[in-house]
Amino acid sequence: MLTLKKYSNIARFQSLIALFLMCLALALMTDNFMTTDNFWNVMRQISVNVCISVGMTLVILTAGIDLSVGSILAFCGAVTAGLLKYGIAIPEVNLFVGFTVFGVIVSGFVAGGALGFVNGYAITKFKVPPFVATLAMLTMARGFTMLWTKGHPITGLGESFGFLGTGWFLGIPMPVWVSGLVVIIAVVVTSKTRFGRYIYAIGGNENAARLSGIPINKIKIWVYVLAGVLAAVGGLLVTARLDSAQPNAGISYELDAIAAVVIGGTSLAGGRGTILGTVLGAVIIGVLNNGLVLLDVSPFWQQVIKGLVILLAVIIDKTNKRGE
Amino acid sequence: MLPLLEVRNITKKFSGVTALNEVTLQLEPGKVTALIGENGAGKSTLLKIMSGIYMDYEGDILYKGQNTKFSKPKDAHDLGISIIHQELNLIPHLTVAQNIFLGRELVTKLGFLDRKGMIKKSKSLLEKLKLNVDPQALISSLKVGQQQVIEIAKALLTESEVLFMDEPTSAIGEGEVEVLFKIINQLREEGKAIVYISHKLDELFTLADNFVVLRDGNEVGNGSMKNISRDQLINMMAGREVKISKKAIRKTNEKQVLHVQNLELQNPENPQRPILRDINFSLYKGEVLGIYGLMGAGRTELSECLFGLHHKTLSGLIKLEDVECNFKNPIEAINAGMALVPEDRKSDGIVPGMSVAKNISLTVQNKIEKFGFLNAGLESKLYDKHVGALKIKVSSEEQLIKNLSGGNQQKVVLAKWIERNPTVLMLDEPTRGIDINAKNEIYELIARLSEKGISLIVISSEIPEILSVSDRILVMSEGRLTAEFSSDEATEHNIMQACIPETIN
Repeated sequence: MLTLKKYSNIARFQSLIALFLMCLALALMTDNFMTTDNFWNVMRQISVNVCISVGMTLVILTAGIDLSVGSILAFCGAVTAGLLKYGIAIPEVNLFVGFTVFGVIVSGFVAGGALGFVNGYAITKFKVPPFVATLAMLTMARGFTMLWTKGHPITGLGESFGFLGTGWFLGIPMPVWVSGLVVIIAVVVTSKTRFGRYIYAIGGNENAARLSGIPINKIKIWVYVLAGVLAAVGGLLVTARLDSAQPNAGISYELDAIAAVVIGGTSLAGGRGTILGTVLGAVIIGVLNNGLVLLDVSPFWQQVIKGLVILLAVIIDKTNKRGE
Repeated sequence: MLPLLEVRNITKKFSGVTALNEVTLQLEPGKVTALIGENGAGKSTLLKIMSGIYMDYEGDILYKGQNTKFSKPKDAHDLGISIIHQELNLIPHLTVAQNIFLGRELVTKLGFLDRKGMIKKSKSLLEKLKLNVDPQALISSLKVGQQQVIEIAKALLTESEVLFMDEPTSAIGEGEVEVLFKIINQLREEGKAIVYISHKLDELFTLADNFVVLRDGNEVGNGSMKNISRDQLINMMAGREVKISKKAIRKTNEKQVLHVQNLELQNPENPQRPILRDINFSLYKGEVLGIYGLMGAGRTELSECLFGLHHKTLSGLIKLEDVECNFKNPIEAINAGMALVPEDRKSDGIVPGMSVAKNISLTVQNKIEKFGFLNAGLESKLYDKHVGALKIKVSSEEQLIKNLSGGNQQKVVLAKWIERNPTVLMLDEPTRGIDINAKNEIYELIARLSEKGISLIVISSEIPEILSVSDRILVMSEGRLTAEFSSDEATEHNIMQACIPETIN
């Protein structure tokens, strides 16, 4: 019994151990992995994926999936950049609305939340499977982005906006502040609030949750709205860092997010997993990406290795679960 | 005559509980044998052993005099033993012919599907069964009764010698029953051995040559259908040596809490046969109302209707404490004071991957909140209170509920509703799959809750359970209430009388 408990403790920390071993190996094999510059570089790179992955975790905990986050990211980035640069002008009624930086950020979040709401509404009211509903949104949101940008990047957004992506505050890059805040809020929400508890209950057994009086549809819609808002946060960071909203931003970001969630030990069947696990998953992917570049591994092999890591993580997780 | 299939001294245990005890049965060619017994008497278990689904049992199976051991269902099937299950096992989006040949497809010399051959063979099978449908029609376009005949066609495809039919008429209409009986008679003339399970005794008297009665896993009678009366059969099914301790009757001059009038639940798949109809009853404060019915009588659906499910297909009046209720979902029902402990604990009652403490607090999240955040201390207190009061055996509050025994899981489900202090608590099969000690504790709990003034509805398919917990008993059959007994009027015999469907004519 005691050994079993000990074993499960090790199992809980094995991704942390894996990460540690990976860092150790990279430190020995390369000269510039263990430098402050590289550390903040990795952290800044993963911050976008962390934001999206947190939203993805919430969705997957309810036994759903959200394939549209990459497209929503691009759309929200474009909306933010477009409003900041051009505002809203309606010459017919002689109207022009300009936006402050704060205003465009809020607008981006609203746009992300609205698209997420459409996902949630289709999934709960019309019983469209999450895979299909969000696949449709993946296409639609990309189309909206192209319409909004007319297919061209929106650039030159100003220094105060760019600060969000490239600036430093108290020795820490701004994107890391933002993603850190997102993580802290998400940890509290999932572990300390009724909303979080209901998310786990719905993913664990939707029938039992419904018969216990949990408002299934309401919770699910909110989860997709949050996933949309967090994709908008990601879009904000990407746009600010590049000082440009690219119509092709965020392509296949949903896959990186799902990978982080899965490596973090969240079950795709729902009901089991944690935000911190996902953060760890995102860090592992980030360090792996960074390490492979530093080791000068060919980009083609990088993809193969990343895929293998995902597969391995899930196989180990499954084996542990069987042992329980 | 040499029996086609014979089982000798079959004993089967499920984790220590005896489901079948030394059962012996002989099936002769050209005879229909009726297998009779209450729910849980062991009929299905016996069927599953004889058709190779359960492999670990004690005793012998002899096929045409040869000792046989099946190692998988296909073994039994290959010998010519077919089972027609109560639920239809057809794939709706495939055609009739594709379903008949599922898993046994004919192939051409080149290895491709022999579509023409299969359609031709299906056609001749359907002709034999006098079913006039196109073999290329989709199963989903057929009526339920026709689908039942397709199931029989599947069984006949492999030239079965022995056919088990588990309640084949439970889902079909009267005209279709007649056709089915003709088919069965024809099969009998061809020398097949048929086992027929049904709760409808009249059907058995028209069809069967022999009968075997099971009760609590024991064989309590067998013989020829000609030499037995309906009453004698019912006595055999119900008669029990053990005396049942009936509970003391409570005065029922209390206030009326729940009133149900003309409740009707439509069946979208078969509008002619509503799932529930003409349901009228009242429930009084602090009363324990038992509802007894065989499988498919509509008892579970009744409880679901009172809990806000099936809102769209339901009509009639429900009054809770003199307020007319029209619950659209469980949330409204729960807020009005209803509670339901569902029949299928694993799929509807618990969140298996969550801890015991979290399962208990699921219905009362507001009670463990402080300043809008869940408070671990308050949750622990709630856990301690119920684990102590209900004697739940659990190692810690973090223990996952799926690792608890059935009885303890059920106590957790009860705890989450007790904490809400409901006006009406409905328990659907509260002791299914639970050991005897936990059973008794749950009976005591039911009595305690009723003394506290909670009105309870206890649904059960075990007569002794209904008799020992109820103040008043309603009996359901085929979607209707067929009888009402006060606790001192009720006996196993008259409950059994009232729950057996009268149909076919």
